[in-house]
Amino acid sequence: MKTRSALILALAAGSLALSACSKKAPASLPPDPGGAVSTDTGGTGSQAPVPGSQADFVAQMMGQDTIYFDTDRYNIDGQDQQALAAQAVWLVKYPAKRITIEGHCDERGTREYNLALGERRANAAKNYLVSLGIDPARIGTVSHGKERPVALGSNEESWSKNRRAVTVTID
Amino acid sequence: MLAKMKLLFGAGIALTVWSPTVMAQVPTASDSPPENVEEVVGTLGNDAKIAIPAFATNADVPTQTSAGTTSALGFSVASVIYSDLRNNGLFKPTGPGSLPKPALGQVQAPDYGSWQTRGTDMLLQGYVRAEAGGNVTVGCYLYDVSLGQQLAKAGWTVPPGEWRRAAHKCADMAYSRLSGENPFFDSRIAYIAETGPKDRRMKRLAVMDSDGAGHRYLTTGQTTALTPRYSPDYSKILYMSYFNGSPRIYIYDLASNTQRLLLQSKHPLFAPRWSPDGKWVLYSMAIAGNTDIYKMPAAGGSAVKLTDSPGIDIGGSFSPDGSRIVFESDRSGSQQVYVMNADGSGQKRISFFGGRSATPEWSPRGDQIAFTHIAGNFRIAVMDPGGGSLRYLTDSWQDEAPTWAPNGRVLQFFRTTRGSGKTGVWQVDITGKNERRLETPGDGSDPAWGPLRP
Repeated sequence: MKTRSALILALAAGSLALSACSKKAPASLPPDPGGAVSTDTGGTGSQAPVPGSQADFVAQMMGQDTIYFDTDRYNIDGQDQQALAAQAVWLVKYPAKRITIEGHCDERGTREYNLALGERRANAAKNYLVSLGIDPARIGTVSHGKERPVALGSNEESWSKNRRAVTVTID
Repeated sequence: MLAKMKLLFGAGIALTVWSPTVMAQVPTASDSPPENVEEVVGTLGNDAKIAIPAFATNADVPTQTSAGTTSALGFSVASVIYSDLRNNGLFKPTGPGSLPKPALGQVQAPDYGSWQTRGTDMLLQGYVRAEAGGNVTVGCYLYDVSLGQQLAKAGWTVPPGEWRRAAHKCADMAYSRLSGENPFFDSRIAYIAETGPKDRRMKRLAVMDSDGAGHRYLTTGQTTALTPRYSPDYSKILYMSYFNGSPRIYIYDLASNTQRLLLQSKHPLFAPRWSPDGKWVLYSMAIAGNTDIYKMPAAGGSAVKLTDSPGIDIGGSFSPDGSRIVFESDRSGSQQVYVMNADGSGQKRISFFGGRSATPEWSPRGDQIAFTHIAGNFRIAVMDPGGGSLRYLTDSWQDEAPTWAPNGRVLQFFRTTRGSGKTGVWQVDITGKNERRLETPGDGSDPAWGPLRP
């Protein structure tokens, strides 16, 4: 266990170094997806979140609970690797926690295809976490296709925020 | 009673309780419909002026219908027929609100001279009668005014709750006789009723008649429902909904108002479809991000995997004879339309138009495949089953997911508004004309047209 944690931490550091050349960072981070998805942040105002809770995960990730994709793509790029490595560090720290990865698409696709594409994106994120040593039995996936956008405009800025995979821990 | 009926039907029209044989009894005039369908649509144009006065009645008495008395029902029947014929572009109908109501005796002996004076080409009229026990009878007669000749007639006795169906049957009789096309008004549509803001839309399964009447919600909206399909006998609806947070396929039984999972699986399931005979169900299943199309008996049993390419193979629509399936795949790198035999053999790409081609649906006539073409905007288009003769039917920011009327001459689809994300069910004919939005209580998407009702 200790060796695996060390490996993940090393990977996280490596991804940080790579992140400068990421090619598709959104102009600004999207709002917390809690309002639009089944995410329960469990936050209680000014109090610090309970360690190991979903609220703690969201606070620790600082936006890295979500990764973003190019149009019609599902590959994990350098910035995604960095975010997923940060998620893996947290998951190693709380080995009893399970997660669901929610795959999403922008509105500029047909409905059924987007359901399949969202599933493919969630699986790409899952596969990367598994490659970092996270037990696949701890990771569920679900696709919402284009049905649950977080950014509401009909422009590339909004679409880039909606093409995403969100990791939600199960409290 | 019998004598009265004979008097009423001097020409010998046969009246039957609701049955498929009724339509077969409609007499036809000597001239047969033209064989070249395209020409009919092109030449009939918008200029067939057809008058639809209020239907007469033998006695103005209360009925159990939603329309009221037989006299009010006679007006309502004519209004439903008027809406049907007005909305498909082949006719210029005049409704009962601006026409004199014929006396009962004129129903079978029209005053051709006075209709000619009005500039009417065709006269569609009839009568309604309350039957003992609550049923209502609707008689329907079509006349060519300039020829002074009866073209068609039919009659139906229906339960009071189904009086609109008799009106649709009458509209179908006139449409079919005058256009040479198969009827389609007496049919229903399943769709997804949408309400609420863009990021938390409620999506409920709903059904309605082809003209938007008889609207009914089937699910509460607690979980998102998508992509419904009527079974060919209208007894069930296949659709996708979330089960324990994951996409699954449900069968909704309309007789018992119950629903069940099509099959148990730990994998996401979507895009359910019926075969034309209702014996098979196509569905798509994602395993580790890879989606393929499967076929299983509708009654239950083991599934056969039809596609096996890396990537997303999804959807599917049978040819009317059930021998082939058109579907969508991104195996080439982008969504394109493919055809295969019903056993999965002989898979072949047919869309080569640039951009992406998605959501193919085989026409019930077999001659065309409707689909969504994506090149910038999303447009409804048709092609022949070999992938030739591309024609666009719509031109808007985002139109998707066409569905065919039972006669293969009219389509519905859904249109999304840029920005607001609001959706609506729209209709267009095969020539790309007569585009209009259907009236639904709220927003609507994923229309799925059922077959003509018997």
